Amino acid sequence: MPQPLDYLRETASQTAGPYVHIGLAPGAAGFQIFRRELGWDIAGPNAPGERIRVEGIVIDGTGSPVKDVLLEVWQADANGVHAHPEDQRRDQAAEGFRGWGRVITDFDTGLWAFDTVKPGPVPGRNGSRQAPHISLWIVARGINIGLHTRLYFDDEAEANAADPVLNMIEHVNRRPTLIAQRSMRDGSPVYRFDIRLQGDNETVFFDL
Amino acid sequence: MLRNDKPRPGEFFQRDRSLHPPQYTPGYKTSVARSPRYALLSLENTISEMTGPVFGHNDIDPIDNDLIKNYAKTGDPIGERIIVHGRVLDESGRGVPNTLVEIWQANAGGRYRHKKDTYLAPIDPNFGGCGRTLTDENGFYFFRTVKPGAYPWRNYVNSWRPAHIHVSVFGTSFVQRLITQMYFEGDPLIKVCPIVNTIPDPQAIDQLIAPLDMNAAIPLDCLAYKFDIVLRGRRSTLFENRLEGN
Ligand SMILES: [Fe+3]
Repeated sequence: MPQPLDYLRETASQTAGPYVHIGLAPGAAGFQIFRRELGWDIAGPNAPGERIRVEGIVIDGTGSPVKDVLLEVWQADANGVHAHPEDQRRDQAAEGFRGWGRVITDFDTGLWAFDTVKPGPVPGRNGSRQAPHISLWIVARGINIGLHTRLYFDDEAEANAADPVLNMIEHVNRRPTLIAQRSMRDGSPVYRFDIRLQGDNETVFFDL
Repeated sequence: MLRNDKPRPGEFFQRDRSLHPPQYTPGYKTSVARSPRYALLSLENTISEMTGPVFGHNDIDPIDNDLIKNYAKTGDPIGERIIVHGRVLDESGRGVPNTLVEIWQANAGGRYRHKKDTYLAPIDPNFGGCGRTLTDENGFYFFRTVKPGAYPWRNYVNSWRPAHIHVSVFGTSFVQRLITQMYFEGDPLIKVCPIVNTIPDPQAIDQLIAPLDMNAAIPLDCLAYKFDIVLRGRRSTLFENRLEGN
């Protein structure tokens, strides 16, 4: 017998279930308990950059909106800096910028939305550069392990064309599933990003 | 294997998907229409995934980890008083310090304080059912709560969830993000639960079952269960890490 490799094994995932809001967004479950909930303010009031809204619905394999989903958001600031000790430029991070958020869908329509600043490009591997993007993580009843995906911006065509992750998607016709569509509403930019869990135009999800 | 040195920066170990439930698990019916059909695209780590949110003591309050007191209105909630404690570790056995752990659960009768829960068991006026805490510098955490009840749910006509506590953990990186459920040693409903049985690996299921921990119980007050949570580990930087290139 060789020596044992004494690594521990990662704890298995289980679905967040239908009542995820109780733990992670109790106000939406219908009660007030904590002094403040986490994840409602991604960028803070003072971070530089373009203020944007991102919205969409998550659609299941039957074409219906998923109304009990919870999404988490992780992104760099407008200069491409993450508010994290391992980002070498962390001391340049915008003041008050956290880069993390948590949003839930409307129980009737399935629509979700968050307000943030548009991120800048960030370093990729081996000296490459990644197009501006937001990382998303999706949990819900019926999702056994959280789904990771990325949101890119349709007004960044040049950067997207050079993005190492988008270029890794062999099926070129699936790349647009990761690109949000910009429009203006009441003078402010809104990006639409629908996520399809299954079926036609299934969103590209990642094993990170 | 317990080590107390801090995780060293490096790329994360590939996730062992064989001990997680697959997305498509027909025995858990809701997964059928909510599971991707294409293979996940495997990505090597970049700065976007190796970073993640950082939380501090100004984000939460000390009472947030005490579910017996954090929603009490007229007295303590009904139910078996328990402590749930353990350690957040990575696959190398290092404690994960200062990481956010959030839990939610049904009350002792199996009813959630949620506007979408219509089970006939009563709401407990003194029980909210959620809590949160940060691990200490060695990865230890604890909560005080009441043991949740089993509850029925619509999957088969007679499906019941074993008593469980939902647990959410961050780690230091977005790739470590994990939501799971903790079960209680000795519960006969565990082996017939369609959600538990989405996990194909029996050893991975056992790892979700918290043992009774009499040494952590408080005599004449409170029983205790121990639940360690293992997040993905990171490579040691034995050779230079070329993630950023240049
Ligand atoms: Fe539950």
